[in-house]
Amino acid sequence: MRIAKRSELSGNQIALVRLAAVFGALVFGGLFLIVLGENPITIYISMVKGGLGSFFRFRETVNIAIPLLITSLGVMIAFKMRFWNIGAEGQIFMGAFAATYLALNFSDLPKPLLLMMMGTASMVMGGIWLVVPAWFKARFGTNETLFTLMLNYIALRWVTYLQYSLWKDPNAMGFPKIASFGQNALLPKVFDIHIGWIIALVLIYAIYVYLNHTKTGYEIMVIGESEDTARYAGIDIKRVILKTMFLSGAVCGLVGMIQASGISGTLSVDLTGGVGFTAIITAWLSGLNPVMVGVVSFLFAMLRQGGSFIQTAYQIPASAAEILQALILFFVLASEFFLRYKVVLFKKKGRGI
Amino acid sequence: MSEILVAMKEISKSFGKVRALDNVNLTLKRGEVHSLLGENGAGKSSLMNILAGIYTPDQGEIQIKEKKVALNSPKDAIDLGVGMIHQHFKLVDVLTAKENIVAGFEKDVFLKGAELSKKIKDTSIKYGLEIDPDKKIYEMSVAEKQRVEILKVLYRGADILILDEPTAVLTPQETEKLFKIIRNMTKLGCAVVIITHKLNEVMEISDVITVLRKGKDIGSVKKSDTDTMELTKMMVGKAVDLSIERPPKGTQKEILKVVNLTALKSDKTEALKRLNFSMFSGEILGVAGIAGSGQRELCEALAGLYPITEGDIIYEGESLLGKNPREIIRMGISMSFVPEDRLGMGLVASMNIVDNILLKEYQKQEGFLITRKPSKEKAEKIVEKLNISTPSTDAHPVKMLSGGNIQKVLLGREIESNPHVIITAYPTRGLDIGSSYLIYDLLNQQKKQDTAVLYVGEDLDVLMELCDRILVMCNGEITGIVEAKDADREKIGLMMSGAHKEEVI
Repeated sequence: MRIAKRSELSGNQIALVRLAAVFGALVFGGLFLIVLGENPITIYISMVKGGLGSFFRFRETVNIAIPLLITSLGVMIAFKMRFWNIGAEGQIFMGAFAATYLALNFSDLPKPLLLMMMGTASMVMGGIWLVVPAWFKARFGTNETLFTLMLNYIALRWVTYLQYSLWKDPNAMGFPKIASFGQNALLPKVFDIHIGWIIALVLIYAIYVYLNHTKTGYEIMVIGESEDTARYAGIDIKRVILKTMFLSGAVCGLVGMIQASGISGTLSVDLTGGVGFTAIITAWLSGLNPVMVGVVSFLFAMLRQGGSFIQTAYQIPASAAEILQALILFFVLASEFFLRYKVVLFKKKGRGI
Repeated sequence: MSEILVAMKEISKSFGKVRALDNVNLTLKRGEVHSLLGENGAGKSSLMNILAGIYTPDQGEIQIKEKKVALNSPKDAIDLGVGMIHQHFKLVDVLTAKENIVAGFEKDVFLKGAELSKKIKDTSIKYGLEIDPDKKIYEMSVAEKQRVEILKVLYRGADILILDEPTAVLTPQETEKLFKIIRNMTKLGCAVVIITHKLNEVMEISDVITVLRKGKDIGSVKKSDTDTMELTKMMVGKAVDLSIERPPKGTQKEILKVVNLTALKSDKTEALKRLNFSMFSGEILGVAGIAGSGQRELCEALAGLYPITEGDIIYEGESLLGKNPREIIRMGISMSFVPEDRLGMGLVASMNIVDNILLKEYQKQEGFLITRKPSKEKAEKIVEKLNISTPSTDAHPVKMLSGGNIQKVLLGREIESNPHVIITAYPTRGLDIGSSYLIYDLLNQQKKQDTAVLYVGEDLDVLMELCDRILVMCNGEITGIVEAKDADREKIGLMMSGAHKEEVI
């Protein structure tokens, strides 16, 4: 047996391979469920129901999808340039930190103004949190993967410090939490879901246009493909890197504001829920296409919401639901390999044949 | 009749959808030099990689020394006496020749230094390969490294040697020396296969010639029964006129003047050493030299892509020093550069033709957004004018096109802006004969339009036919500039290896 490179697949074939991967995961997961003594078909159907079955569940799914989607868009911009922004977690925390500062100290401002200021501040802060490693990379050639990853921990520790010490709410009776936002600092709702979903849809469109129809977007694509070509075309590479990284960090930073203001109503160490890392997977699975980012993020959210639903509905242990999620992920990621390679079996030919 | 060493019968091999080899036969006899001739992509290297055990054939049968064999790894091949010397040497730079030769071969844990040196020395004397076994690879010239590679396979007992484009990196003098070694080896009972596309070398060294075309074997002929005309016809599939036109020079105005140009490599050694020359309108200036003599750095320095430490580049009285490509364009200077690395530098491999044309256009557009319409029109025009075969201009990444078409896209874009100066680095590398001649024609058209052309090439014959003057480089230095009309291969060869023009003439 050996591995051989495939010739380029058509769009339909690619879709087919991915579909086969999901199917494979479901079959494999089904076997696992049978071992647990459950009927896999009913479980799968209830997973979908759990994700979409009622307005309440649908809203939960959307609430999970919003931060995932926007963060994926943010890291995607960086990935387009082959800049590995692993620091979305940190950018979200720092964005939330900036927004929370305004929410706590200027709670008397009119609602639209305050929210606008919080949004801007979170984007600037998130942007700065990524421009720092970008500048070091442009200037000294440091490794952005490690740099952005380390900044995550700094941001997390900073928020921990705020929550447990500096901004600890004196009215919480010793409980380590930051004070809840006032009414003016909470995101309004449209159709009973906070307006983050509108922001997400607008961002999909804006980033699509930015990447495909603007000069900078074109330059990002060229740099991502080959820095030599970019130099050859006279592109100011460092400038584009800094500009784009600010944007990437800003989009991630905005997620911090949306989560703090739309979901939890305050800042806490649990704000991100690991979305900064999950977004790396979703951005990659979507083939760095903004519209697909939307689709993939929603499916991911459904999987998660459906997973927690079957947990309670069927008393399946939490770990089992997570294993199902992991299986689907594992199969889909593995299928990426088969998009580029195939396994060839060859007949064993001994000597002297 | 001499003994048959290798018989490859009806070998087929596919890579994805591409059928690289289609029922190819090859017979190799003891004591012969066998040339494998064909254009790029004809399947020469694939066939030899099969014989060397690197690829496994999909179909067909291989006999070595009259026994059917299955070659599943290079080790199988070398055990049977087949050794391949690749175009890109596979040597460890920091080790000595001796260590490279025995690496992975000697089973003993400790190397017996002196004894080994003697053994290697004996082998090298036997075949006439001059080598110092204790010299480090990084201190060696390209020709020396090649001799180490040859000795490596001989030492392992190979009597069937495959040389992949062995002369591509050598000067004419070094080539002569290599041919002497090859004749020595055949005298001692080896069979040598040379993969090449240079016809004059084929006629000089080989006994038998097998021609491949698009994966099919067109036939084997004895050298004594053929000539270059017939071989070209077999190679290309039709009779081709191999002479290159040299239109008269244009107005001969000095456009670009290079003064004392010096540049450093990243390790602070000199890449370019005080170069002085001028480019004139309506003239093609050729650049000859062994690969890596500073040609790439020179081209990039002229185009504003390589930092200059000393000296100046003057374009009609204005200095281009310290300007990047965009600033050069802003100065109103129309200079085009066709770099050596087409897909890695000249074009964006995953983008379509329109977006690649856009690369030189979008800066001129007003505002924040880009429009693709003008580039689309330009792309259609170039595709039609240069007869580029592509399914579409805006839905196909350029990397999916053939090498010739890729180069046409790049050159087409660069010519489209009506430049005053064109810098081209190895513009026909990897192209088939038809495409190469089209490129020569395009450059000649530019010359007729009074453009100053710099042509960095590797084939001396082409340089001597196409260019008006030839600048010879060695080690980052100009060793001389000669008129191409009365240039002499031997003298250029000596200059390529470091002799100055005054010493040669």
